Amino acid sequence: MKLAVLVKQVPETDSLRLDPETGTVIRSEDTSIVNPLDLYALEAALRLKDEDPGVSILALSMGPPQAESALREALAMGCDEAVLVTGREFGGADTWATSRALAAALGLLGPFDLVFCGEKATDGDTGQVGPEVAAFLGLPVVSYVGSFALDRGSAADRAGSAGAGRLRAERVLEDGIQTVSAPLPAVLTLCKALGEPRLPLLSGKRRAREASVRRLGLAELGLQAEEVGAKGSPTRVVKIDRPRIARRTEVLDARTEEGIEAACDRIVAILLEKGLIVPKEGRAGA
Amino acid sequence: MNEVWILAETKAGKVAPVSYELLSWARSLGGPDEVAVTAVLAGPASDPEELCYRGADAVIHGAEPGLAGFSARPLSAWLASLFGLRRPTVLLAAATATGRTVLPYLAASEGLGLTADCTELSLDPESGVLLQTRPAAGGNIMATIRTARGLPQMATVRPHSRKALDRDPSRPVRVERFAAAAGPGGAGGAGGGQGRAGEGSAGDGLVLLGERPFESSRGLADARLVFAGGKGFRKKEGFELLFRLAELAGGEVGASREAVDRGWADYPCQVGLSGRTISPELYLAFGISGAIQHLAGMQTSGFIVSVNSDPDAPIAAASDLAVRADVYELVPALAARLEGYRPAE
Repeated sequence: MKLAVLVKQVPETDSLRLDPETGTVIRSEDTSIVNPLDLYALEAALRLKDEDPGVSILALSMGPPQAESALREALAMGCDEAVLVTGREFGGADTWATSRALAAALGLLGPFDLVFCGEKATDGDTGQVGPEVAAFLGLPVVSYVGSFALDRGSAADRAGSAGAGRLRAERVLEDGIQTVSAPLPAVLTLCKALGEPRLPLLSGKRRAREASVRRLGLAELGLQAEEVGAKGSPTRVVKIDRPRIARRTEVLDARTEEGIEAACDRIVAILLEKGLIVPKEGRAGA
Repeated sequence: MNEVWILAETKAGKVAPVSYELLSWARSLGGPDEVAVTAVLAGPASDPEELCYRGADAVIHGAEPGLAGFSARPLSAWLASLFGLRRPTVLLAAATATGRTVLPYLAASEGLGLTADCTELSLDPESGVLLQTRPAAGGNIMATIRTARGLPQMATVRPHSRKALDRDPSRPVRVERFAAAAGPGGAGGAGGGQGRAGEGSAGDGLVLLGERPFESSRGLADARLVFAGGKGFRKKEGFELLFRLAELAGGEVGASREAVDRGWADYPCQVGLSGRTISPELYLAFGISGAIQHLAGMQTSGFIVSVNSDPDAPIAAASDLAVRADVYELVPALAARLEGYRPAE
């Protein structure tokens, strides 16, 4: 069984700093990490490998050469192979152009039984690449997956070629859990409900340092420069604004008994004013 | 004339209320003579006419269970087949699990641009193109995006970013059915062969096996009122006070990443960049410091109250009301006070 995991390098949000002059985020290379939600995609693939050592996992990313460090982390966690789609032409891509290039790479390196993605990246926050890659590959997509299992009946198929078998997945939706059955091959986007992703072992880290990360450019993917990067993107950013600080903060000190009473009064008044609560019968309003 | 379509979702056999917010956005893009609004309703629903009462000029209804949104491919194929008949200038969907899965699928299949999770939409006064504005970089900046090629211009729109229009039952009702194409990729196909009768079975082999609501909550996404807690509670038992508040006032419980990572609340409660982005009418943050990643998930809420012992915590500046207090002193007092009230209907 052959699996692919899409990985993105993002700035670490915990260490994000704002430029006091411009209000924009200061990014620096040394705080780049694997998109935290991609760790669940990696974990999902690695669990299948735990069950069946015959499973091979490819980690795939698109980005500048330094995105290699995200792929090395994927290797350290236990992925078998890593490929980076890189080149100036790919820069400035929106989700459509990103997915176009990643799908082309998957087409070249595959076929895969399953492609795993994080639910979204914490920098772009769109969640579009997983479903877009699925569409480019013509595969079904199962998004927001919190748990999944290959159908037992397909155990024999697993040893076979790509495209056999089914899986059952639980999707974490807005108000509940939805269970679906999907045929393989398919694209899955994973969410945090999957459970804690593993940490790389020392041996894995050592192996990852020595492993080579294959690079793919435009020519290898058989794409034209017009199809990728900013040129290939069907959307354009036309304006960037700093949001106005619209909130005028009212401050209450509730470190004394009177303060606590006053704060409770104020909060209850807001709840009433918004029509969210009403007094119980037989009681006067606040 | 701008032809604006909205993708209306269904929930439990009825039109999902988030669809009415999309109609309100669509109507905001010009006067009655400037914009024609069509609701494209996917999946079985008993009340398609409600979409007309809420602002749609017409409804196109695909009533097959396979179009209900659990599988992106047949729904995307159905929308593409509609484009074959009539191509709108704008297509909006809700930034829900369904909208955020189906529209990217359609975008890639049809070579169209798509902007995720917009909180503002407008038409450029000069060119008439759709300006799609969304928070970016953790909500610190607002990016305005336009579609550079192809129609329709597409965006998903954050739930609660606009109020639905009042229901007007005097509006004319126009509902037409449009069936999904049979065969591979279409929801009218034979299905995956494992579907039970009456359940959804999409033409691409995806089968809906079941749905169950969250045990502890109705879900944050539709909540008008959210009581959220963070690491200021210091232990799980304390965090349970929040559930009591939510019960008394009829709200839902939210949590910061730290609280979820410590196991005080389940992942569906997590608010922020690696959890949910929500916009309730009232958001109360208890013991949450307000890291960028949390603020990004709640800063478009209608009104924000924060309770924190540190007056310099970033959450305070993002709040309309910042209360400096120990959560263990304030929360029990507030719970006692709320005993005298009940949730509004």
